[in-house]
Amino acid sequence: MKSTERSSAQPIWDYFCSLKLTMFLLLTLAVTSIIGTIIPQGAPPPEYLQTIGENKFKLYKTLGFFDMYHSGWFILLLALLTLPTVMDEGLGKSLTLIESVSVHTDRSLLRDKSIALLRAEFAEPVVTEADGSCHLFAQKTPWCRLAVYIVHLSVIVIFIGAIIGSIFGYKAHVNIIEGEAVTSVMSRTGKEIPLDFAIGCEQFSVSYYDTGAPKEFKSILTVLEDRKPVPGFTRVPIIVNDPLTYKGITFYQSSYGKVGEHHFIVSNRDGSNKTPLTLDSSSSARLPDGSGMHVLESTQDISPFQPGMSGPAAHIEVHTPTGETKAVVIYAQYPELNARTAEQNGLPLISYTGGQEQEYTGLQVVKDPGVWVVWLGCFLMVAGVYAAFFMSHRRVWIRITDGEVTIGGHSNKNQAGFQPVFARLVERLRNDISGEGEK
Amino acid sequence: MTSSLLFNTTTIAYLASMLLFFIFLASRSRAVGTAGSILALVGLILQTVAIGLRWKESYDIGVGHAPLSNLYESVVFFSWTIVLFYFFLDLKYKHRVIGAFVMPFALLGMAWAQLGLNSGIEPLVPALQSNWLLYHVVTCFLGYAAFAVACGISVMFLIREGHERRADISGKSIVAAFPASRILDDLNYKAIMIGFPLLTLGIVTGAAWANYAWGTYWSWDPKETWSLIVWFIYAAFLHARITRGWFGRRAAWLSIIGFAATIFCYLGVNLLLSGLHSYGGGS
Ligand code: HEM
Repeated sequence: MKSTERSSAQPIWDYFCSLKLTMFLLLTLAVTSIIGTIIPQGAPPPEYLQTIGENKFKLYKTLGFFDMYHSGWFILLLALLTLPTVMDEGLGKSLTLIESVSVHTDRSLLRDKSIALLRAEFAEPVVTEADGSCHLFAQKTPWCRLAVYIVHLSVIVIFIGAIIGSIFGYKAHVNIIEGEAVTSVMSRTGKEIPLDFAIGCEQFSVSYYDTGAPKEFKSILTVLEDRKPVPGFTRVPIIVNDPLTYKGITFYQSSYGKVGEHHFIVSNRDGSNKTPLTLDSSSSARLPDGSGMHVLESTQDISPFQPGMSGPAAHIEVHTPTGETKAVVIYAQYPELNARTAEQNGLPLISYTGGQEQEYTGLQVVKDPGVWVVWLGCFLMVAGVYAAFFMSHRRVWIRITDGEVTIGGHSNKNQAGFQPVFARLVERLRNDISGEGEK
Repeated sequence: MTSSLLFNTTTIAYLASMLLFFIFLASRSRAVGTAGSILALVGLILQTVAIGLRWKESYDIGVGHAPLSNLYESVVFFSWTIVLFYFFLDLKYKHRVIGAFVMPFALLGMAWAQLGLNSGIEPLVPALQSNWLLYHVVTCFLGYAAFAVACGISVMFLIREGHERRADISGKSIVAAFPASRILDDLNYKAIMIGFPLLTLGIVTGAAWANYAWGTYWSWDPKETWSLIVWFIYAAFLHARITRGWFGRRAAWLSIIGFAATIFCYLGVNLLLSGLHSYGGGS
């Protein structure tokens, strides 16, 4: 209240204004951010049109709701958040404490005692002599008044890091077949980005828990420069949560799959009407009777899995025209088994003649030179928030005249924490100088 | 001794503690209040042991990981952090009755976990096999716990303040056992002041993990976005505090809204929306 009388109205108004603006921004951001968690982001237009009408679609599109977090208005709101706000002090509760002690002692002795006390118990004092009295001033963590600005600055730093990343970095993907190497990757926008080295996948494997749930996806990668493996980057295993970084580009385990071809012969159950069928590892085919079929797994040698048997086998899934799904194993060398399978499941007679298939590993490829700036910003934010809430600027003054010592203290916040500290100082001062007086 | 038996005992201790706190409110007998606190402490200790035991059990069955990997484990942990934070405030500021408005949250969590959630110890999916899991989840939930306690305090504030305004606090009324509204208001602020930096750390460790695990520190997935919404709300609360106009009722409401958003971020996102964190809600 005092401050309104003291100064002209303009800066106060500005002050409330900017603080109110920050509040407004924070709450608006909180509410609007919800939109993007409800409306799916970045889906293809037909999907939206199906669920919401044409009119809503147009409206939402204009408002940028389908890619909300990158829309102009949302970014503007975020950017406004970096406007510095004056929020420290003045209106926060502050505290001034004053105590006087009267003693009959030589001033210079009192002075030395007081200096020693502040030095030992609080902070190094600054000493000034004026008008026949001596003034000591000591303070702790004056810089924490800047904490609030550091928090706001940190938001700017994070933005700068994000911008650096989006201009000079990229996010891409690449599939590498086991035993092969690539020299370029595919960006999210479908552009081919050349690497100035090659990266090869020596091996990809999946391991499982006893429950059958996947335990680990692992690729063994080698970096090649001029077709030669780079020492230290040869046969490096990477798993989810443990990527490989080379020349600022990081490769993350992200997916896997198989590429290849399989050959089948399909006929009626009595063996008539034989037709050959060739099927990609990742696609499905329609059989003459209208069923759909695709390959789940295959092997060119069944013996490790079914001792006593040999030759190629495929685990396939068939969707019958009646809507049933059957998963069956068929072989190259056991026509009678295939016939029985067809009979039992009511499927056409299918036999596997073999194929070749390779595993590939899918890697996410990221280059982000701005990420360190982002971490710097995060660090500043955490440190700033900590300092802003838990540290205070504490000051102590001591004035010494002949026969009297006056001590004053001030803390810009957390007076409850400062009170005992100050009381202790006063107590110590009293003890020190009264002990001296008795001598 | 199995962890699940200990968790059941914990639940009963929290129930008894809560009931004693209610009796304490009505009777204002100090002994009952102390008993309520002691039972809460017993529960906390049992639960601490139980969490440690479950951790060990996961190693015994060969899938060893910190017990923070699914909804059951996170609800149990949330409940633990709430009681822990309550004791922290109690030690520092000595307002025992707040327990009457905090223990219900802890009890609710434990009861739901024990009765309604699948408590099997499951192996970690590859995406969660990282030390970041521990740092990230612990910081997030400590922040949440502070907000839960702040919410309980805010409810007390609204009740007490209403009575103060109507000047009907007779010595006998339950409300007379509450701390003065001024103190509750201050405690609400103190709790949020601690929770906010923790949530900030939780979000930053989440971002650090996301960057380490897949090279994107922020992808606007629903959990990320909602944690940011929660962060915005409490940031607004803390800013609001300084204008002086936002002490009292409005601050209390903002704290309650903030906690509602926190709960949505925690449960709503896992159960209703999809995203990176949805495995957290599985089963
Ligand atoms: C910017 C990135 C992230 C943010 C802002 C974020 C935010 C949060 C928040 C607020 C929680 C609190 C607990 C809850 O509400 O369930 C949480 C929990 C969790 N987060 Fe994150 N997170 C991020 C990244 C990640 C990543 C990359 C992973 C793992 C791959 C992850 C895994 C988890 C898990 C497992 C939990 C515990 C959930 C539960 O047990 O119910 N988070 N996260």
